[in-house]
Amino acid sequence: MQWNGAASGRYRRRLALSRFNLRMSLVTMALGMLFLFWILATLFANGIAAFSPALLTQMTPPPGSAGGLRNAIAGSALIVGTATLVSTPIGILAGIYLAEYGRDGWLARATRFVNDMLLSAPSIILGLFVYTVYVLQVGHFSGWAGSFALALIAIPVVVRTTENTLRLVPGTLREAAVALGAPMWKVIVKVTLKAARDGVITGVLLAVARMAGETAPLLFTALNNQFWSTDMNGPMANLPIVIFQFAMSPFDDWRTLAWAGALLITLAVLALNIVARAVFRQRAMR
Amino acid sequence: MGVALPLVEVPMAACATASPFDAPQVANPKIAIRRLDFFYGSFQALSQIDLDVAEREVTAFIGPSGCGKSTLLRTLNRMYSLYPGQRASGEIRMNGANILDNATDLNLLRAKVGMVFQKPTPFPMSIYENIAFGVRLYDRLSTRAMDERVEWALTKAAMWNEVKDTLAQSGMALSGGQQQRLCIARAIAVRPEVLLLDEPTSALDPISTARIEELIFELKADYTIAIVTHNMQQAARVSDRTAYMYLGRLVEFGNTDQVFLAPVRKETEDYITGRFG
Repeated sequence: MQWNGAASGRYRRRLALSRFNLRMSLVTMALGMLFLFWILATLFANGIAAFSPALLTQMTPPPGSAGGLRNAIAGSALIVGTATLVSTPIGILAGIYLAEYGRDGWLARATRFVNDMLLSAPSIILGLFVYTVYVLQVGHFSGWAGSFALALIAIPVVVRTTENTLRLVPGTLREAAVALGAPMWKVIVKVTLKAARDGVITGVLLAVARMAGETAPLLFTALNNQFWSTDMNGPMANLPIVIFQFAMSPFDDWRTLAWAGALLITLAVLALNIVARAVFRQRAMR
Repeated sequence: MGVALPLVEVPMAACATASPFDAPQVANPKIAIRRLDFFYGSFQALSQIDLDVAEREVTAFIGPSGCGKSTLLRTLNRMYSLYPGQRASGEIRMNGANILDNATDLNLLRAKVGMVFQKPTPFPMSIYENIAFGVRLYDRLSTRAMDERVEWALTKAAMWNEVKDTLAQSGMALSGGQQQRLCIARAIAVRPEVLLLDEPTSALDPISTARIEELIFELKADYTIAIVTHNMQQAARVSDRTAYMYLGRLVEFGNTDQVFLAPVRKETEDYITGRFG
């Protein structure tokens, strides 16, 4: 470049700073990705060995014999599914209230504060809470109690992301719908929520992912079950607890199963994300 | 209408006796604004506005930024009621009722008084659904009748031929000018009596602007139109009456020809000749 000679020192400093910043952000990104892929690679390396049809068809085995994770997979699906069904509407409705109705009123501000507290509360405390108010009262561990505890974890996540994405919807869009004579609830359901849909779905998926891996609250609520059970009113097997129990054990086959379970959760969350995005992208195209 | 700038010199003596408010005696106003005050919290944005909006005419509001013209427009469909802290007092009579009354059904009012905004605001749905959304709020139409209504509105907005084969496409995928015409189509599809246009062409290119101005001219056969604009040529081209506002007051209001050719007030003349504003 023939202009290089003319570049002032000030300009060259700025250029150097820009290059430095660009490199730093590349390095930090690479660092983040490195650990992410490291985790994935370790999961694959250790868990793939136990990936077989038996994983899906057999129950958690006693030490020393072959088995799978069928009961834990079903239990996790039931507990997380129920918690999602409960927490999604509550979270979205609360988020709508905060963003569209409450705004800066005292009730909205108080709700937001409490919600943020819940959001950052250690999950074991939520588990203990459900243990005290539910498990102790009915006298036994159960899948319901597990769903209850997980829902408490998911609700604040959904509330926060719903509120934040709704607030990103331009006010002019809201006004345009109101200007046609639409009542507020219709504006929200048909226009605002539709415009914020991607963010709201991301929030729900985040919550599902978070719930799928939570162990501590389930220790006090769903506990575990060696056998096949779809009875939500009794103790239930679930992946995180099985992973926890098996990974800490001295038995190799249990530890392999724990790896497989960990890989399974990761893949399930990943698949859920991809499928949801693909479905909604397709719908948006039409 | 069709007044050319620059202005013709008019001897000041000719209008020396005219007071600013005796020129526009609107015989049968669609909207009669009386002693209107408006507040954003404790800030008074409009004071003592008296103005008639004539039926099936175009009334233009001009004035420098912050003069209150958009605020005035937003009182006519009570849009400000969305926001706590904003309030209006005085009287705005439309169809015999004071729309500032608490008893006013805001949804019905807004169905009668359509609005188009500065920035195009297509809803995140198909072109067809963008139009049908407002219609469905108040009419239960058969599929066929709805198809006809959508075609009618898009034809009125001079865009039927452009989009008739792509009605299922998202309204957000249109160009800026098309989006704005879609918004106009959406507003007239609910068959309002009044159309409020808040700087409808300020974000558009000259060709789209010209098309929308033509559209305004055609629409006034059926609708009462109030338009806020920063573009004085536009006000001169499309409007029958013009109101000049400054610092929340109505400075001058009259027939567009008179306001542009022979403004009564010195401030108006300074503004439209570009000496100020």
